[in-house]
Amino acid sequence: MTTISSDAATLPPLGRDELLRYSRHLLLDQVGVEGQRRLKAARVLLVGAGGLGSPTALYLAAAGVGTIGIVDFDVVDASNLQRQILHGTADVGRAKTASARDTLHDINPNVHVQTFETQLTPENALEILRDFDIVIDGSDSFATRFLTSDASVLLGKPNVYGSIFRFEGQASVFNVDGGPCYRCLFREPPPPGLVPNCAEAGVLGVLPGLLGTIQATEALKLILGIGEPLIGRLLLVDALEMRFQTVTVRRDPSCPSCGDAVHGGGTIHSLADRAQDYHAAACDVPDAVAAGAITEITPAELAARISRGDDFELIDVREPHEWEIAHLEGARLVPLGTIPNALADLDRSRDVVLYCKGGVRSLRAAEALQQIGFTRLTSVAGGILRWSAEVDPTVPRY
Amino acid sequence: MAITVTLPAVLAKLANDQRTHTADGATLGDVVETLAQRYPSLAPRLRDEAGKPYPFVVYYLNDEDVRLGDGFAATVADGDEVTLIPAIAGG
Repeated sequence: MTTISSDAATLPPLGRDELLRYSRHLLLDQVGVEGQRRLKAARVLLVGAGGLGSPTALYLAAAGVGTIGIVDFDVVDASNLQRQILHGTADVGRAKTASARDTLHDINPNVHVQTFETQLTPENALEILRDFDIVIDGSDSFATRFLTSDASVLLGKPNVYGSIFRFEGQASVFNVDGGPCYRCLFREPPPPGLVPNCAEAGVLGVLPGLLGTIQATEALKLILGIGEPLIGRLLLVDALEMRFQTVTVRRDPSCPSCGDAVHGGGTIHSLADRAQDYHAAACDVPDAVAAGAITEITPAELAARISRGDDFELIDVREPHEWEIAHLEGARLVPLGTIPNALADLDRSRDVVLYCKGGVRSLRAAEALQQIGFTRLTSVAGGILRWSAEVDPTVPRY
Repeated sequence: MAITVTLPAVLAKLANDQRTHTADGATLGDVVETLAQRYPSLAPRLRDEAGKPYPFVVYYLNDEDVRLGDGFAATVADGDEVTLIPAIAGG
C-alpha cells in the first residue's frame, strides 16, 4: 500500500530520550526504529482543534509525529470542555491554537506544533495544506469539510475523515491509492436547515474521543505504511448501541472532485469552481430572512417590546429539557418539531415572536409558519444565549 | 416482500423513535415512498420534493451504494437491508 514515503536514509535520527520515550513503539515489528523515524519526519495537519481534533492531536503528539499543524480560528469556551480535552478550565477565553500548542508541548516537547489561527478559506486552504503529508478533517461544518476535501484532492493529500452527531459518528480515509474522496460519498452539502448541524443538537462528550482516536490510528497507519486503512470503507459508529459497521465506498468516476473527465467528473480544477459549497453552512440564514419576509430583533428590542406591553405571542421553539434549564417569562413552549401543526389554530394575523437557544431554530420555525400563512413573524437574533449576555445575566447559559 | 430499513438515530426521531423498519415494495423507491407515507415528518428527509434522492443522503442496499447502480429504481427482494447514511458535520 501507499504510504507517506520517505527515503529511509533521509529520515531524522532518534535521540537517547526518544529511544526511551518511544520504547513501546520500538518493540513493535510494524513500527521499530525506522517507523518511529518516519513518524518523526511526518507532517500532519489537523483542521479543527475541537472535539475530534483534541484526542487526535494528543495521540499524534504522544506517538512522536514530528510536526503537527493546527488550523482553528476559535477561542476556548466553557461549553467546549465537556469533550475538547486539549483544553482545560484555565484556557477558557484563549485561542484554541495557543491552548493546543501548550498541551501538546507538555505531552511531548519534541513535537513541532505549527498553528494557523484562522478559518480555513478557499483563499488560504491550498497554501496551508500544501506543506503537510496528511490532512485530518475534524472540522464542524459542511462548508469546511467540502473545502478540506476539495483542497486535499487538488493537492493529492490523504484526507482522514471523522464526523460526529449526537451519539453517532463516521470515519474514513479518503483520497489515497485511487480510493474515493469525500465528494464520492456526499456529492453536495445539504441546504440550510435540512440537516441539523448546530451546536444545539448536542453530542455525547466521549463520542469525539472514539472517532478522533480512530482518525489518529488511521493517520499513524498511513505514515507507517502498515495494516489496512479505512480506504474505500466508511466506518459507522453508534455509541448508544455500541455498534460498529462498515460499508463500502467506491470512487465515483463522475465525482466532480476526483472523478475522470471522460465520465464527466473532475470538474473542480480550482477552489473557485465550487465556492458556493464552502459557504453553505447548515446554520446559515434561511432564504425568507434574506428576502426580508421574516424580521429579526435583538434581545434588547424584545425586552423593550415586553416592557411596553406590546401584544404578541412569544413562542419558545426549543425542546422541553432546554425549557427546564431556562425560559423567558410569558413564553409558550412549542418545540420546532411540532411546528407548524401545533400552531395551526393560532390567528395568522397575530404578531408572533419566536426564540430558541442561538437564533437558528427560531428562523426555521418562522419559515414553517410563513408557509402556512403567518405574516407577522419575528425571530430573536442570538436566542436565549444572547438574552443572557445582553439583557438578563441571571438566565443561565448552557 | 419485507425489506428492512435502518435509520440513523437522527432520523429515527422522526419515525416513532424506531431505528429499524420494515416496508414492502418492488424497488427501493417504493420502499422509501412507503416509509415517507408512514411518517410524514420523515418524508422530506428521505427524498426531495420530486421524489429523488438527495446528494447528501446515501442509500445502501445491502452493502452497495445505490447511486452507483440503479438508484431508487433498484429492485429489492425479500430480506434485503437498506441503510441510510446522512451527511453529518459535527466535530
